[in-house]
Amino acid sequence: METILLQLLNGLDKGSAYALIALGLTLIFGTLGVVNFAHGALFMIGAFCAVTLSKLLNLSFETVDPTKTDFLGNPLKVKTPYVEAWFGPDFGHALIDWSVPLAILFSIPIMIAVGFIMERGLIKHFYKRPHADQILVTFGLAIVLQEVIKYFYGANPISTPAPDAFKGSFDFGAMLGFDPNIIIYPYWRLIYFGFAALVIGAVFSFLQFTTFGMVVRAGMADRETVGLLGINIDRRFTLMFGLAAAVAGVAGVMYAPILSPNYHMGMDFLVLSFVVVVVGGMGSLPGAVAAGFLLGILESFASMNAIKSIIPGIDQIIIYVVAIVILLTRPRGLMGRKGVMEE
Amino acid sequence: MKKNLLGLNPKDTKFLLIVVLLTLFTPILLQPFAAGSELAQFNGGYPDLMQKIAIFGIFAVGFNILFGLTGYLSFGHAAFLGIGSYAAVWMFKLLTMNVIPGIILAMVVSGLFAAAIGYVSLRRSGIYFSILTLAFAQMCYKMAYSVLTPLTNGETGLQLTLNDPRILDGAREGSSLPVTNIFGLAMNSSYKVEALGRVFTFNVGFYFCAVIAILAFYVAIRLFRSPFGMMLRAVKSNQQRMTYTGLDPKPYTLAAFVISGMYAGLAGGLLAAMDPLAGADRMLWTASGEVVIMTILGGAGTLMGPVLGAGVIKYLENIFSKINEGVLHDWFSFLPDGVEDVVIWVFARFTGEGWHLTLGVTFMLVVTFLPGGLIEGLKRLGSRIRNGSQKRDKYDNPDPEHRPDPGKHVV
Repeated sequence: METILLQLLNGLDKGSAYALIALGLTLIFGTLGVVNFAHGALFMIGAFCAVTLSKLLNLSFETVDPTKTDFLGNPLKVKTPYVEAWFGPDFGHALIDWSVPLAILFSIPIMIAVGFIMERGLIKHFYKRPHADQILVTFGLAIVLQEVIKYFYGANPISTPAPDAFKGSFDFGAMLGFDPNIIIYPYWRLIYFGFAALVIGAVFSFLQFTTFGMVVRAGMADRETVGLLGINIDRRFTLMFGLAAAVAGVAGVMYAPILSPNYHMGMDFLVLSFVVVVVGGMGSLPGAVAAGFLLGILESFASMNAIKSIIPGIDQIIIYVVAIVILLTRPRGLMGRKGVMEE
Repeated sequence: MKKNLLGLNPKDTKFLLIVVLLTLFTPILLQPFAAGSELAQFNGGYPDLMQKIAIFGIFAVGFNILFGLTGYLSFGHAAFLGIGSYAAVWMFKLLTMNVIPGIILAMVVSGLFAAAIGYVSLRRSGIYFSILTLAFAQMCYKMAYSVLTPLTNGETGLQLTLNDPRILDGAREGSSLPVTNIFGLAMNSSYKVEALGRVFTFNVGFYFCAVIAILAFYVAIRLFRSPFGMMLRAVKSNQQRMTYTGLDPKPYTLAAFVISGMYAGLAGGLLAAMDPLAGADRMLWTASGEVVIMTILGGAGTLMGPVLGAGVIKYLENIFSKINEGVLHDWFSFLPDGVEDVVIWVFARFTGEGWHLTLGVTFMLVVTFLPGGLIEGLKRLGSRIRNGSQKRDKYDNPDPEHRPDPGKHVV
């Protein structure tokens, strides 16, 4: 029981990341009908937004502290971040400490701008082209974005810690009446899960309860008719692309403390997210979210020693096995709609 | 239609002859600049690069049989390349260092894998097919790293060791590893000829690859011109209509998948024959992406395109990676200082370490502006020069590869 619960929890954070990326992919696919291979790169750019903000906040100037000396007898140089000098040490320190959550606010405008430029500058020209061309051009774009990030930030992962308040882990088991120290779960992962749930809820209610969302949903169902009614659906779809980019971006920002950002993290997540989208059903938003969590949890269960001893290596390939089985038995995916990407 | 002994019409025979000549004289053609001259760094006539061009040419030609003819975009073709490499290295370890059995086994094993993977993946088409092949390739890659370590030697990669059995080779003296050979002729031996101030290297391994590449290319021509190739084009243009005429597209597509998998296995076996080492990296999905890039860059669906694409990419990869800031300084030293720094900064982003950036940018430009690849670009250029007119409607210049004349096959 304890192990099952533990694996369930472990699967949640990875599943949340899959769900968030897959949600964005599906949004783009459902609205614009474009297969976006550069979506993983957006996730990565989000993570690097967190890195950038934390670097910016850590910008410091050096002063010489005459009262102290280092071990060579020279006066000690003290680095003081500008923010601490400007806003006072306490508030400044808090700002630096909370750089990752703050980066969410920082990243949203950036990501929307990036998404907007991508859609207007490149992807717009590929609506009428075959899906193979869309895959190929976004694949090229992903390589370019990856290399640009590599130039600015280097090839090594950059660790970006979570705020001190969330650094530890808490004893989940003791709370539910199990023995202590069996089910231990880092705070930040729980926060990630909560955050993902919040974002997913926000996206769904935006689509469900606003007029804008209603128009977008109508456009997803029948683009032509909506256009005939005199609504500029293209502009709304462009905004949805920006929104999808922002979702991928904030998913990346919050993931930075879990996995130190490196330039190829986007590609690693992209392959899995595509599998998630296909399992959930192309064009189905609930399907993408459900499949994201499902595969994340399955992956974490497969990495249990008890299961690995029965089928060795299953933890490495479970996601692909599930995808193959689902595609062959339920060709439209778990919740795929009829007529979407049938051919 | 008049055909000669090889079963080709006169036009194709000429085409094949040109390819044969180009391939056989590669060591000379890729060495146009005198040794020690300023431009010597653009020479590509060293064995390693030439072998790679030939091998990846085979890989891309095979990929093109699937993607160019049937339109099925496989994103997992590198898996077959890796499987071929592993199979060949095992043959070198167990049986003999002669490359022939290794390459045959590589083709057989990757063909079997292709049959199994293709049978499952081809039940879906379009984007689903791409993702299924991607999933299978990633599975192979992950398994090579984890469970199959006894077979693949995990992260280290499969290598030769001194105490491998090598049944046919007999006992070996000395403590050095044996080299791959073909009936006693070592793959890594080369003959250097100095002429006209240039050093030409004629390498056994390259010529072995070249001969196989020519054979592979010949098979591809025959396949393109055959009724079977016609069926594959039918799969691409309209599967539904094909079914209505009473033909089942599936066996044809599966056959194409297996053939292109075997081409990939052959390329993998050759890679192992040139350097007896196999690692899981060869199966990574970026490697699959690379062959897609080569094919598209050259021109999918054309005969010559994939070879051209493979050559261009491998050549540029080698040359670009070598250019560093020092070289750039030499080139642009004639510019005023401030301008020079800017120009060098820009170029340095695309050369040396930045090769992948160049690759990505080129790829995007080609897909966006030249979907037919370099071959189409050359054709457009050619027709513009010939006609000298402004009218460049693509239907004025019917492309025999994309719009085959149906009359030929209706006999």
